[in-house]
Amino acid sequence: MNDDKIITSGTPSASAGKRGTAVRSDCWIEITLGNGATAGSNSNTGNTANSSGNAESPDRHNSAGNNDISVKSKVGALYGGAIKAQLSKLADFFGIKGATISIEDAGALPFVIAARFEAAVKRLNPAETREYLPLFGEFDFPDTAKDRLRRSRLYLPGNEPKFFVNAGLHEPDGLILDLEDSVAPAEKDTARFLVRNALRCVNFYGAERMVRINQLPMGLEDLKFVIPHKVNLILIPKVEEANAVIEVGNEIQRLKEKHGINRDIRLMPIIESAKGAINAYKIAAAAPSVCSLAIGLEDYTADIGTERTLEGTESFWARMQVVNAAKAAGVQAIDSVFSDVADMEGLVKSTLESKSYGFEGKGCIHPRQIQPIHAAFAPTSTEIEKAKKIFVAFQEALAKGLAAVSIGSKMIDPPVVKRAEKVIELALLNGLIEKDWMVNYGND
Amino acid sequence: MEMIRNAAGRLVPVEVNGQKRIPYKGVGKHKPTGVKAKPPVRSCADYPADGDKRQPNLRAALEKAGLRDGMTVSTHHHLRNGDVVTNLLFDTIKEMGVKNIRWFPSASFPCHEHLIPYLEDGTISHIEGSMNGPLGRFTSYGKMNGVGVLRSHGGRYQAVQDGEVHIDIAVIASPTADPFGNANGVTGKAACGLLGFALADSEYADRTIVVTDNLVPFPCVPWQIQGNNVDFVVEVDSLGDSSKIVSGTTEITKSPDRLLIAEYVAKFIELSGIMKDGFSFQAGAGGTALAFAMFLKERMKETGIKARFIRGGSTKYLVQMLEEGLTDYILDGQTFDLEGVRSMRENPGHVNTSPFTSYNYHGKGNFASIVDAVVLGATEVDVNFNANVVSHSDGLLLHGIGGWQNCLFAKCSILAIPSFRDRIPVILDEVTTICAPGEMVDVIVTERGIAINPKRTDLLEAVEGKGLPIRKIEEIRDEVYAIVGGPPQKPVLDRNEVVAIVNWVDGTVLDSVFKVVQ
Repeated sequence: MNDDKIITSGTPSASAGKRGTAVRSDCWIEITLGNGATAGSNSNTGNTANSSGNAESPDRHNSAGNNDISVKSKVGALYGGAIKAQLSKLADFFGIKGATISIEDAGALPFVIAARFEAAVKRLNPAETREYLPLFGEFDFPDTAKDRLRRSRLYLPGNEPKFFVNAGLHEPDGLILDLEDSVAPAEKDTARFLVRNALRCVNFYGAERMVRINQLPMGLEDLKFVIPHKVNLILIPKVEEANAVIEVGNEIQRLKEKHGINRDIRLMPIIESAKGAINAYKIAAAAPSVCSLAIGLEDYTADIGTERTLEGTESFWARMQVVNAAKAAGVQAIDSVFSDVADMEGLVKSTLESKSYGFEGKGCIHPRQIQPIHAAFAPTSTEIEKAKKIFVAFQEALAKGLAAVSIGSKMIDPPVVKRAEKVIELALLNGLIEKDWMVNYGND
Repeated sequence: MEMIRNAAGRLVPVEVNGQKRIPYKGVGKHKPTGVKAKPPVRSCADYPADGDKRQPNLRAALEKAGLRDGMTVSTHHHLRNGDVVTNLLFDTIKEMGVKNIRWFPSASFPCHEHLIPYLEDGTISHIEGSMNGPLGRFTSYGKMNGVGVLRSHGGRYQAVQDGEVHIDIAVIASPTADPFGNANGVTGKAACGLLGFALADSEYADRTIVVTDNLVPFPCVPWQIQGNNVDFVVEVDSLGDSSKIVSGTTEITKSPDRLLIAEYVAKFIELSGIMKDGFSFQAGAGGTALAFAMFLKERMKETGIKARFIRGGSTKYLVQMLEEGLTDYILDGQTFDLEGVRSMRENPGHVNTSPFTSYNYHGKGNFASIVDAVVLGATEVDVNFNANVVSHSDGLLLHGIGGWQNCLFAKCSILAIPSFRDRIPVILDEVTTICAPGEMVDVIVTERGIAINPKRTDLLEAVEGKGLPIRKIEEIRDEVYAIVGGPPQKPVLDRNEVVAIVNWVDGTVLDSVFKVVQ
């Protein structure tokens, strides 16, 4: 790849991103090649960074590109200089010279500007293979355990950066950057850069870092944009056969080896069709990296030719199928999203129902759904008391070196102990018991 | 312009619009002396014995009131963005060929963009009052002849009472009035609830004109404005667009981030122990403040706690709390929606107040400092807890102070703000304009955590171990800087040109607003 190749490419102009009065925290960037503009003949007018006369003018001297950069930004008075400097740097990175670069900015963060720029570059020249990777944020990128809590997972449309930065503050167990249904077909390419940059730059504040890829084969290409960037979990949509999971697993393995990645990357296949439901167990057991099996009811109900109702009788079989398949494969069962954002009561009811079926998690499409879901999955006081009893008996048995646990004359099996541990963990997380509850246990 | 560094460390002019100014000395440090302003003594002999003070139109009233060049004319802002009276007033003044008027509104709104040509042609010399939206921009770019003076609602009362601002003619738009000049805001098609912001004007102006579109026979009850202070009454077709005076509905924010902030505020008030039987709080009409009130209401209901009073700006949400018995009173400064107006009209527990009772710092106390907790917004705060409410980081004036400064005297002042807007950080190293000295701001609640002023060790202790996301303010600032790509560049200001000053509640000058270079 060299600079000449770009300049002689057939397309003179390309753009990416969003503009208009309704746009927020995003930008639109256009790159036009070959108009012979030089740095000296900058034609900016009006509300541009140039006219803001800022003291920290962009370090144009570093740019060998002689590009004509015009900045129209809602935050121009405060970040016009920074935006211009960033565009100049990006142009240098991609070897763009003598181009006209325009940005219409509605407060886009730097990682968004970089993603939009790269998308425009690659629309201009599809042969461009260099990736502009922003530095990883200076915060934790924790690995996640296979059986960690996955009560709530919040979907974030992959091409809507305004939702990204604060999503983790609402404390979902998982945040999903979605490349699939929420992204228009024409924007699939741009969303990939945005999601990749978000994985590197956005603090998820402890939420599991998830990406929903597209259906295969497009989903396999998506993986190249997410696997090297500290993702924890991949959701695979509309899975009908185990093979799709295996394919994704293999591609992830290949990419991990290529990029020298050691961390575990888990899979959550989503069952969204009758065929998928029939094959649910094989799908859940298709690869050791599968941690959960989810169901997507909008598509499932459409597939079986019915409407999704609040009562959900039409999907009862499929939901139980998914629960049983998941448990048989030793993974979590995760329920669909509750799509009426305004109906908080309905959400709680639906989540309690999910819990009673054996599901351990539910999808969210709005941050306000997260806490009610967590509360609904929280154990009841009866559940907690029972769990405490089992947990304590198990600890005592361990201390005594006993192989079997019993309460009174009743033997306790390992799955029951495991369930008790889970209940205790949930109770702790929901603030229903103190961390040191065992200290005072049995004293009252 | 001679400048001096005041106790807040800011450069402020010693003289503005030909009047000597006292630089800010610190909270509670400036003690006024002397006597209050003295409005002229009048005689019933000069007023119609039948009580009919009507004039055929505003021009006639202004002529009788003796309007001439260089006078100070005041208006109130209870009609908010629906006000047409102020625009009509200056159309008339322009028509009369009178120049160089100091306009002294209690606040201005975007609808007053209409007045910009009058600022340009010298009909209005300058504004002393809030400069919102287009007027703020006009002022910021140095286009106003005189220097703007920004005062709080309490500071406005104080300035009039202390004789700092002498109102020659007060024009009081009144949704209902009688020919004698008794007036109120609770009835009529332009009903706005109350007329408290016009109280000082009616008491201290040389001449007072009541303008109404709903004239009733004497007596107009209740008489929030007393006809005994009124010189003339003028009937007009309409005071304004009622849908912009009070909204039919005030709505709670739907933004999940704002809701999170509101939830943190409510939790803070509960877990710090402020929420207890007989407590009081103030919440305005902003989406976040409304949401906070709703969250607090839920907690109050759940725990069986009742407030003694809630300080409004009232909305249907506060009215619900009053009607559900969650508070004994609403002490109201202005009503924001139709439900607020209805409640004030019907419910004796919904009390109309004025800047005199609630905010005036030069009085024998005021009830702002009796309030347990107040939740306010801000355009910027800095790591020293100084806060700005009049300008944005780009230096442009966009808002008035309102009751904001006065409310800071509550026992716990809380600023509920996002940590950044678009890309612009709200928590900074230094605010562009100081409207609140840091010692007056106790708690800053953002979606990224709660910062408590280190001076409030009592609050820090009260919430320790309660599971609230308490953080150092510098930590939140740094996190936001990392997100937005570093601190913003400084706006280009002409430090030689002061376009407005910000007064503290005691009439001293707290900060200067400089011209923004375009």
